This record gives sequence, structure tokens and C-alpha cells, in this order.
Amino acid sequence: MDGTAIALSARLAGVTLLVLLPLAVLLGRWLAVTRTRFKPWIEGLLALPLVLPPTVVGYYLLVAMGNQSALGRLFEAVVGHALAFSFGGLVFASVLVNVPFAVQPVQRAFESISPDLREAAQCCGLTRWQALWRIELPLAWPGLLSAAVLTFAHTLGEFGVVLMVGGNIPGETQTVAISIYDRTQSFDHASAGAMAALLLVISLVTMAVSYGLVERLMRRRRSA
Amino acid sequence: MIELNFGRKLGALDLQVDVTLPSRGVSALFGRSGAGKSSLINAVAGIVRPDHGRIRVGERVFYDHDSGTDLPIEARGIGYVFQDARLFPHLSVAGNLRYGLKRARGTHTVGWDSVVEVLGLDHLLDRRPWNLSGGERQRVAIGRALLRQPSLLLMDEPLASLDAPRKAEVLPYIERLAREFALPVLYVSHSIEEVTRLADHLVIVSEGRTVASGELSDIMSRPEHAPLIGRYEAGSVLDCTVLQHNDDYALTTLRFADGQLRVPRIDLDPGAPVRVRIRARDVALALSRPMDVSIVNKLPGRVQQITPRDGPYADVTVDLGSRTLRALITRESCDRLGLQPGTPVWTMVKSVALDSRSVGFSRRPRSASPAQAPDLPQKPGAPAEAD
Repeated sequence: MDGTAIALSARLAGVTLLVLLPLAVLLGRWLAVTRTRFKPWIEGLLALPLVLPPTVVGYYLLVAMGNQSALGRLFEAVVGHALAFSFGGLVFASVLVNVPFAVQPVQRAFESISPDLREAAQCCGLTRWQALWRIELPLAWPGLLSAAVLTFAHTLGEFGVVLMVGGNIPGETQTVAISIYDRTQSFDHASAGAMAALLLVISLVTMAVSYGLVERLMRRRRSA
Repeated sequence: MIELNFGRKLGALDLQVDVTLPSRGVSALFGRSGAGKSSLINAVAGIVRPDHGRIRVGERVFYDHDSGTDLPIEARGIGYVFQDARLFPHLSVAGNLRYGLKRARGTHTVGWDSVVEVLGLDHLLDRRPWNLSGGERQRVAIGRALLRQPSLLLMDEPLASLDAPRKAEVLPYIERLAREFALPVLYVSHSIEEVTRLADHLVIVSEGRTVASGELSDIMSRPEHAPLIGRYEAGSVLDCTVLQHNDDYALTTLRFADGQLRVPRIDLDPGAPVRVRIRARDVALALSRPMDVSIVNKLPGRVQQITPRDGPYADVTVDLGSRTLRALITRESCDRLGLQPGTPVWTMVKSVALDSRSVGFSRRPRSASPAQAPDLPQKPGAPAEAD
């Protein structure tokens, strides 16, 4: 077992979640109510990581983070080292790749809240922001939970993009998935197998628990 | 005063509103579905924005196109009871009620205890919206709107989505709240039965326009409004008081300005105010005092106006002295009896026609402020819960 890689993966998943979830709430809520005619294009753009090969996404991310790009140079000027092949770069890539996993459940959850209820909240004296915070967020809770679990599990399991933009630096960018690949290549089947089994169990348990919770929450809502 | 003077084009509907409503009592907006009643009330709430004009409630201007005033919904200080209760599904009944209370500004004139008591919510407080009946949900929604301490209560067909027994369950609560909490109510309905039981002031809405506005009994007594109210339902409204009961025959005698009416027994103490709606089609006319007929409600008067209707009908308004009563008879009968304005006639109303649908206890003597009202009528017993 590669403890360093496991810890790194957990840290990456946690940080990704912290950064992505607030963004997903704002973006998902906006997509749920917007009437812009560009909506299908925006949704399509956000869904790209689902259909593009990780190498394609990884390639573009690498270009974007390189010292030829404004983003890469800005990061290097502020932090002191390159964005590519660093933990920061990994977080950046991970957030982008996970956008569809976080935004879509949140968007569906907000779409399922009737605009009538928003009006009712305002008639009770709540401003739009108060209504979002006190009425819509609690009601969208199952969607947020799904988004969080999917993002977390998916980050643990991401391989291609991480390899492209992170390389394979132990303690910095070598996640569990990469470590398993490494160990397999070097015929360390005991370690690779143990980590693979661990990933399998964690993923299965988190998904099952979250599906169960969402199902229970939704059943209560439906009968309301 | 509540000044509503605005317009808005909404697809095929061209809403043109121009009415002034009293700042106390229940004002009903009555009209067929699609007439624009809901759009009108939504403009008052701030959900629909007018194209032009002005909305003012008392001293507060909600909307004024010329000065660019457009208060957001939450700043208007209104309570809104929707046709579907729209309770917050993640909160208990108490949580829903508290949402109204927490957001209320200024002094609280509507207390928690009185709302819970008047609407009979005590045993529901811990329940969740999904295990309430339709009628209970609507009562909670009314409570939530009241606790917001509104300066105006809007009700958009609050009974329309309920079946008849649930309607009968909720209606007395609405009658009671209008009496107990002195605040103006704007009540949208397409049911003349609800309107006559609840309203003091009546506005008729037709094809987006406010075509008539005035005191309920006055608007109802004018035959020119009959087509809008409906031939079956049109008639007169008389404000009466309970005189006495006859328990053997299960009848109640009511007194009004021009005489007495015998109706099927109603459970109110003598002296209680009652409002009776008499449909024009339930009134018959005779030239001399009818002697050997089963009908006991016989009132003398003079023909005031005869309005011919489509087909065989004529609408005859009879002046009873201080009140008028309308009769829908055939044009043939009208000619056979030789009726003309001024002709002395006897009006006859079957007691059986004045069933519980047409007799509702009215809330308070007209024009008396709630504080001065000497003796409020007996509170109706809370209807049995169908739990």
C-alpha cells in the first residue's frame, strides 16, 4: 500500500470539492433558471469532460498551464513555481474535469424546485438571496449531496488527466490511481491489488450510501 | 384606500384595471376563469409588472410607472394565499408559520396564539406539509400569510382546488379571519357563492377589464350585471339578522329592513347578522296577495325596472321599500300580468331555495369599525376535523 498516494488522493478530492461545490451551486442554480438562448452551448461546454478523452482535456490543460500562457505565467509569478506538474495544477485540472459531475445534479435539483415556491418565499418577505439560502438550498440538498459524492469518488478515480498535467511525482502529483498503474507496471501485484480493492470499496460504499440518502430525501419530498 | 389603476398586456389578455377599493373589509374580484383576476392580484403582489399606471395601498405606493417606483415583492408587506398552498416542504407546520412571523416588520398586531386558535392549527404544528389534507394545508397557508403582519391580504381562489367538504371546512375560517383581524382582503374567486358569503365590496372582472365595482348588495342588485354573474346564479343579497328559531319545523326566521324571511334552520343565536343570497330564478311574482300557496316568504313591493333578456326571460327588479329583490320570470308572464314600472306586486320565495349555500353569516354590521362593533356574532363552532 502506498500511504503517501492515498493521502494525496484524499487531499486532492477534498480540495477539489471545497473549490467546486460553491461554484457548482451558483452555476447550477443559474442554469436552472436562465432563459438565455446560449444555454445548450453552455451546458454542452460544461459536459465536454464527460465525452472527450482524458488525453485531449489533459493536453489543453497542459497548454493552458504552461509558461506560454497568461494563466501559467501569472501562477508562476505569484507562487514561484510552475502550475503544471504541481499539486495546484492538479487541483485546477481536477476542478475543471469534475464540473459536469458537480453541476448537473445541482442543476437538476434546482430545476425541480417550482418557481411558485420562490414566489411564495418572496411573499413571505424573503429577498431572492434569503430565499436561495433558506428555502432553495435546503430543498436542493439531495442534489448537492449527489454532486459532492460524485465529485469525490470521481477525483479519487481520475487517471488520464492527472497523468497528463501532473506527471508522476510521489507526494506531489502521484495519486492512488497513478500509483496503482506504477505498481502494476513494476509487478508489485500485492500493493496494486490492495489499493485497487480499497478504491473499489470506498467508491462503492460512498455511492451506495449517497444513493440511499437521496432516495429517502426524495421520497419524503414527493409526497409533500 | 386601495388604488389600482394600471394596465398590462399578457398574450391575448389586455389587462386594464381602474378601481378604488375600501381599505377595510373583503373586496372580491369576481369573474370567469381567464378573465384576468389572477394577473390583477399578481400585479398587486409584485409578481406581474404593469406596463403603465399606479398601484397604491393606503399611503404606500407599490408601483408607479411615471416615477419609476416598483417595490420588490418582499418589500410590499403583503400576505398571499395561493390556490395551491405552496407550503415549504422541508419545514413543519410551525416552521412554515414562523417564516411569516420572522419576516414581519414593525409591531405585531396578529399574534401567534390567535392565529393558531382561529385557524384551528394547534394539533397540526408538528406535522409536515405532506401529511396534511388539502384543507389543512390551506389553513396553514392562511396562517403563514396572516403572521407576516400584512397591510393587505391577497387570496387567489384559496378554495378552488378543494373538494366540496374541504371547501365547507375552510370557508368558516376565512369568514372568521376577516372579522377577527382587521385588515383589508383582496379575494379572487369565480364562485358567486363564496363571494356573497365573504365580500363587502365586489369588483367584476371581464376580459381583462374591471367592469363594475361597488358595495356587494348594490352590484348584485343591478340587473345589467346579471350576464356577467350568470343567469343561474344572479340575484339579490340581503343583510339580515336572526330573529328566532322554530325547532319543531327546523326553521329560522330572519329579519331585514323590509320584512322577514323563513329559511331552513341555521345554528346562530338570535341577533346574529346573516347574509342571504336570493337567486332571481327562485323568486316568483303575483299581482295580489297569494293566499293558498305553500310559500311563506311573501313580500309586497312595486316593480322598479323590467329588463328583457335573451330568449324567454325577463329580469324584474322589485322595490321592497328600502331593499330591492330581483325576479327572473318569462316575458310571457310579464306581459300576461301587465307588469310595468310602478305596478304593485307580491314577491314569493320558497324557503327551500334558501339552503345553506345561500345563507352565510355575515361578519359585522356594515360600516362599523371592528373596535366599535358592539357584540360580535357568536363564533361558529370549529368544524369537526376529518383526521
